[in-house]
Amino acid sequence: MVPTNYYLILSAILFGLGIVAFVFKRNIITLFMAIELMLNAVNLAFVAFSQSLGKPDGEVFVLFVIVVAAAEAAVGLGIIILTARNRHSLNVERVNLLKL
Amino acid sequence: MTPPGTQDILRVLPELAWCSAGVLLMLLQPFVKNRQALTFISMLGAAAGTLVTFKAAFGEGFGGLVQFDIFSLFFHWLIGLVAFLVILASDSYLERENLDAAEFYALILFATAGMGVLASAQELLTAFIGLEMSSISSYILAGYRRDSIKSSESAVKYFLLGSFATAFFLYGIALVYGATGSTNLRTLATADPSSNLVRLGLSLILVGLGFKVAAAPFHVWTPDVYEGAPTPVTALFSAGPKAATFALLLRIFATVHAATDFWFWAFWILAALTMFVGNLGALVQSNIKRLLAYSSIAHAGYILVAMAAITTAKNSDSGLDPGAAYAAVLFYLLSYSLVSVGAFTIVSDLGGQGERYVNTDDFAGLGTRQPFAAAALSVFLLSLLGLPITAGFFGKLYIFTAAIKSKLIWLAILMAINSIIGAYYYLRIIVVMYMHEYKGNVPADAPASLSPTAAMVVIVAVLATLYLGLAPNHILGIVLDPNLILSGR
Repeated sequence: MVPTNYYLILSAILFGLGIVAFVFKRNIITLFMAIELMLNAVNLAFVAFSQSLGKPDGEVFVLFVIVVAAAEAAVGLGIIILTARNRHSLNVERVNLLKL
Repeated sequence: MTPPGTQDILRVLPELAWCSAGVLLMLLQPFVKNRQALTFISMLGAAAGTLVTFKAAFGEGFGGLVQFDIFSLFFHWLIGLVAFLVILASDSYLERENLDAAEFYALILFATAGMGVLASAQELLTAFIGLEMSSISSYILAGYRRDSIKSSESAVKYFLLGSFATAFFLYGIALVYGATGSTNLRTLATADPSSNLVRLGLSLILVGLGFKVAAAPFHVWTPDVYEGAPTPVTALFSAGPKAATFALLLRIFATVHAATDFWFWAFWILAALTMFVGNLGALVQSNIKRLLAYSSIAHAGYILVAMAAITTAKNSDSGLDPGAAYAAVLFYLLSYSLVSVGAFTIVSDLGGQGERYVNTDDFAGLGTRQPFAAAALSVFLLSLLGLPITAGFFGKLYIFTAAIKSKLIWLAILMAINSIIGAYYYLRIIVVMYMHEYKGNVPADAPASLSPTAAMVVIVAVLATLYLGLAPNHILGIVLDPNLILSGR
C-alpha cells in the first residue's frame, strides 16, 4: 500500500503548482484551471486523510467540494464569457479599467 | 446518525424562508412584469426569514452541522435587516439602469441564506457551503450590469480571487481534518495547539476568511469590486458577507482553543496592516465608491483590533473576561452595516444613469441643492468617523476600551492614529458638500432628489444610527447577554 505521506506530498505539489499558475499565467481561462487544480489538490488531501484515519467524513466532504466546484465553474465560465464579449480579450493585463 | 426531523428543520427556518422566497421570485419572473410587486414580494421574503427566527428552536441541528443560538439569532436579524434595506434601495436603481428585477432579488435572497448558514455553522463543512452560497451569488450580482465593462470586470476579479481564497480555506480544513480526524468545531475544541499540521491548517483557514472580510494583505479585490459592482450590491457586500464571516471567526474563536492561542499575533498584524492600508488608501481616492471601499477595509481593521483583544482575553492565564470584546465586535458590525448601507444608497441614487456622478466633485454644493441627502450623508460620514451622538462613536469606544483592557496599548494607539487619518477624508466630503460650489452648470440628467424608496432606506439608517448613538444601552444589553458569548460548551 502506498503510504499516506506520498499522497499528501503530491497534493501539496499540485496545490503549489496551482498557486504558481494563478500568479504567473495571464489568460483568464488558465487562471480558472489553476483554481480547479487547487481544489482537486484539496480533494486528494481529504481522501488521503480519510483513508489513513479510516473515517468516511473526508470522502463526504470531497463530494460537497465537487458539487460546489461545479456550481462555481458554471457561474465562473458565464462571467468569463461576459468579459470576453465586453472586452474582446481574455488577457488579465487588459482587464485593467479598475486600478488597484 | 438519525434522519433529519422536525427539530432539525426548525433550526434552519430562516434559511428555508429566504431560499423559498428566492425560488418563488424566479418562478414568478415570467408572469409578473411589475417591478414594484417583485420588490414587495422579496422584501416580504427577507422580512419573513428574520421573523421566523421567533419560531426557530435553539440548539444543535442535523447531528451537529448547525447550531442555532442567541449568537446566530443576532446575526440572522442583522443579515435580514441588511437584505431588506438593500432590496428596498435597489428598486429605483433597477428601474434607472433598466435591469431585470426578479433574478436580482432572488440572488440577494440566496446570498442572504448563505450568510445565515455561515452565522450558524457549527461544522466547517456547513461553513464552506454557506460561504460558497453567499460567494457564488455575489459573483453574479457583481456583474449584474451586463453591458458595463466595469461591472463585468469587477465580477471576473471577484470570481477569480474569491475562488482562489476558497481553495486556501479548503486546504486549511483538509489539514485540520487530517490532524484531528474531524471538521466539527466541538471536536476541534480539543485539538492540540502545538501540532504543526493544526497550526498550518488554521493559518490557511485564516487566509481564506481574511479575504472574505477584506483584511490586508488580502484586500486587493475590495476597491475594484466595490467600484465596479452595482451600488446597491456594493452596499450588500460591505455589510452582509463581512458580518457573517466575522460571525464564523468568532465561533471558531469561542470553541477552538488552539486557534485563540495561535492567532493572537496573526490578528495583531492583520489589524494594524488593515487599518493603515484602508485609511491611507482612502486618502487619495476621488471616486466616492472607492473611497467608501477603502473605508470599509479600515473598519474591518478596527474590528480585527477587537478580535485581537478577544484572543488575549481568551488565554487562560490572562484572567480577563472576553465578553466586552465580543460585545464590541457585534455592536460595531451592527452600526457599521447600517451606516454603510445608508451611505451607499445615497451614492447609488445620486449617481445618475450608468453611475456617472460618483466622484467627490459631483457632490459639490449638495448642501444647497439637496439638503436632505447632504445632511443624511453627513450623519453617515460622521458615524464612520466616530463622532459622538452617532453609532460609530460607541462602536469605536467599546473596541478601544476592549483593546486597553486586554493591554493592547500599541494597537489602541495605532487605532487612534488611524481614526485621525480617517477624519481627513470623511470631513473632506462634508466640506465639499457644504462649502464648495459646483463647477459649471449642474448636468440636466443628474438626479434632482433621492427616489422615495431610497429616501426610506436613508431615513431608517439615519434614525438607527442616531438611536444607537444616543441610546446604545438597549442594544448593548442584548450584545452583552452572557448567553450570546459562546462558551464553547
